Amino acid sequence: MAAPGTVAKLGKLDLANLNGGQKLAVKYFTVALILFGAQILFGLLAGIQYLKPDFLFGVMDFSVNRMVHINAMVVWLLFGFIGSVYWLLEDEAGIPVVGLGLGNVIFWIFTLAVAVVVVVYLLIQVGPGNHSTRWLIIEGREYIEAPRWADIGIVVCVLAFFYNVAATFTKGRYTGVGGVLVLDLIALFGLYLAGMFYTPNISIDQYWWWWVIHLWVEATWEVLVGCLMAYGLMQTLGVRRKIVETWLYIEVALMFGSGILGLGHHYFWIGTPEYWFTIGGFFSALEPIPLVAMVVHSVFDAGAHKMKNTNHPALGWIIVHAFGNFFGAGVWGFMHTLPQINLYTHGTQWTASHGHLAFFGAYVTIVIAFFYLGLQKWRGNVWMSGGLIGAWKWKWAMVLLNVGMIGMVMAMLISGYEQSQIERAIEGSTWSGYFIAQSHPWFVQGNWWRQVFGCVFATGFVLLVWDLLTIGRDEKRPAIAHGELATA
Amino acid sequence: MSDIQWWSSESFWRKTAIWVTAGSFVVLIFLTLHSMSEIWAGSKRVPAYSVINHRIDYVFDEKRNFQVPVIGVEEPLFGKKLTEEEAEALVSRGKLTVQAKNCMNCHTLLGNGAYYAPDLTKSWLDPWWGSKEVREQQMVEFLMSPQDRVHNGLGRRMPNLGITEEEARATVAFLKWMASIDTNGFPYNFKPIKQEN
Repeated sequence: MAAPGTVAKLGKLDLANLNGGQKLAVKYFTVALILFGAQILFGLLAGIQYLKPDFLFGVMDFSVNRMVHINAMVVWLLFGFIGSVYWLLEDEAGIPVVGLGLGNVIFWIFTLAVAVVVVVYLLIQVGPGNHSTRWLIIEGREYIEAPRWADIGIVVCVLAFFYNVAATFTKGRYTGVGGVLVLDLIALFGLYLAGMFYTPNISIDQYWWWWVIHLWVEATWEVLVGCLMAYGLMQTLGVRRKIVETWLYIEVALMFGSGILGLGHHYFWIGTPEYWFTIGGFFSALEPIPLVAMVVHSVFDAGAHKMKNTNHPALGWIIVHAFGNFFGAGVWGFMHTLPQINLYTHGTQWTASHGHLAFFGAYVTIVIAFFYLGLQKWRGNVWMSGGLIGAWKWKWAMVLLNVGMIGMVMAMLISGYEQSQIERAIEGSTWSGYFIAQSHPWFVQGNWWRQVFGCVFATGFVLLVWDLLTIGRDEKRPAIAHGELATA
Repeated sequence: MSDIQWWSSESFWRKTAIWVTAGSFVVLIFLTLHSMSEIWAGSKRVPAYSVINHRIDYVFDEKRNFQVPVIGVEEPLFGKKLTEEEAEALVSRGKLTVQAKNCMNCHTLLGNGAYYAPDLTKSWLDPWWGSKEVREQQMVEFLMSPQDRVHNGLGRRMPNLGITEEEARATVAFLKWMASIDTNGFPYNFKPIKQEN
């Protein structure tokens, strides 16, 4: 930990500015950012293949590009979350991270394992249809394609991470954020085990597969980002702990109250009984409510503090997170969650539209906010409020990333409407019906627009990286102290 | 802070969060136990693997108001009737092949996966295979060398994934078995291949 008085020159990147957990956090953030770039690159390659099917055919087929696209996303967000938790851990618990040495070793093992998995994905790609393939090369189940050896490695790594978090809070102090975080991490990593088995029965396979996927992204991940947002609002606006923690409990109650049984919207068509129509439809229709609460919470807090805050880019991304989560996960999810509609939209570009906006709005945004919190302190708690030198970069990065994402989402939504109508409602979902819909000009136009806006998004990413490398570098002013922020 | 109402207090919402989470999870556990009993291979909704010895159709049901799988006369896959154990081994080999070849990152199965290629839920019943007499062989040949078969105006093709004949036959068995699952009418309005004799 940096002792008082040893703070390096303002604006200079210096690890001495960070506590132990934060030094580890910036390592996780660095890998996360690299994998974010990989996600975008492979998304663009897969998008090109929609337009030019011969592109990389037989070399890097769509299935490979798409798998790396979604796996890079899952892993970089996990790295971003783990980094964010290490970032806030010592601040919240009030003591240095317990077992930090283990945490550092685990970081390198985790990163190496991810690299090996990706190299195998790219170079070996597929294997023979037997158990050794799913143990060593690929498991072939969407989102959790990593082979079983890697699954076991992930469990070991996250257990070590969990030990760091739980032991630090237990030895230090349990804040409300800390308590929710520890319980949420138990659920989050316990759920991963639900996906680690083989069965020839595809219905049972998908039943438990959704326990992992849904109960991660529509329950435990949401609560995790609720914790991150609570900490972020305290940091940037100086909101009182009692207020953010009361909101956090409200969000947890609403999130788990709707999200756990909202799982049922994945059980409409996989062979499971018809009562899931009612349960899944009802509870998932409630899922947007906690997301409304998060918007109200963050916007109200920002307004109550007259927008005066310590870190403009971080607060900006927190606000984008609140709205993005509400629209992407909430509105876009609700639009096709009722079984009467989902019958036509399930497995179409409509789902892709929802997936993109939800993952971006709910998760990418909050991790970017933490990148900015990280860089501010890494540069000696430098000024990042009004009149920040070079502020155009973070603003334009935010604009390009958001415009790029919204453009892609709208393009896929139009394709999804067309597909639902023509392939599903009219043609009856046969092979020929599928291709009639895929060849329709409205669908093809959607593919082109998605690619154009994908390039806009990629440009925003390049600018984001440039900004993260340079923001605050030329600033000589210290950040606004919390005592100078408006109170509410 | 004494003027805070009970309903806006931190402790009320902390307790609410715990009870709501625990209650929802308990309900989910019970529903899961029931659902497992309904989708076990050999249950009414998910037939035993030896269903591949029979004709499988997808017929409109007046009462439920959507199509449901109908298990018909004996029609063994590749002309060979299998025991339950043999059928399970074959379907399992097919499922392992589907996983090992990463099918789900182009296709959807039961509607889940990627959207670059058609849904496979009822692919066994797809009229694209021509007639039921040539279907099995067509499927095997397609799986083994799909790379030169342009079958749509887009030019999208399936790559050669090195699928052996044994794996291809097992995959067809898996697809036939999957077509027998009661998916509550998904895909809707599907037009299956003609199978009457």
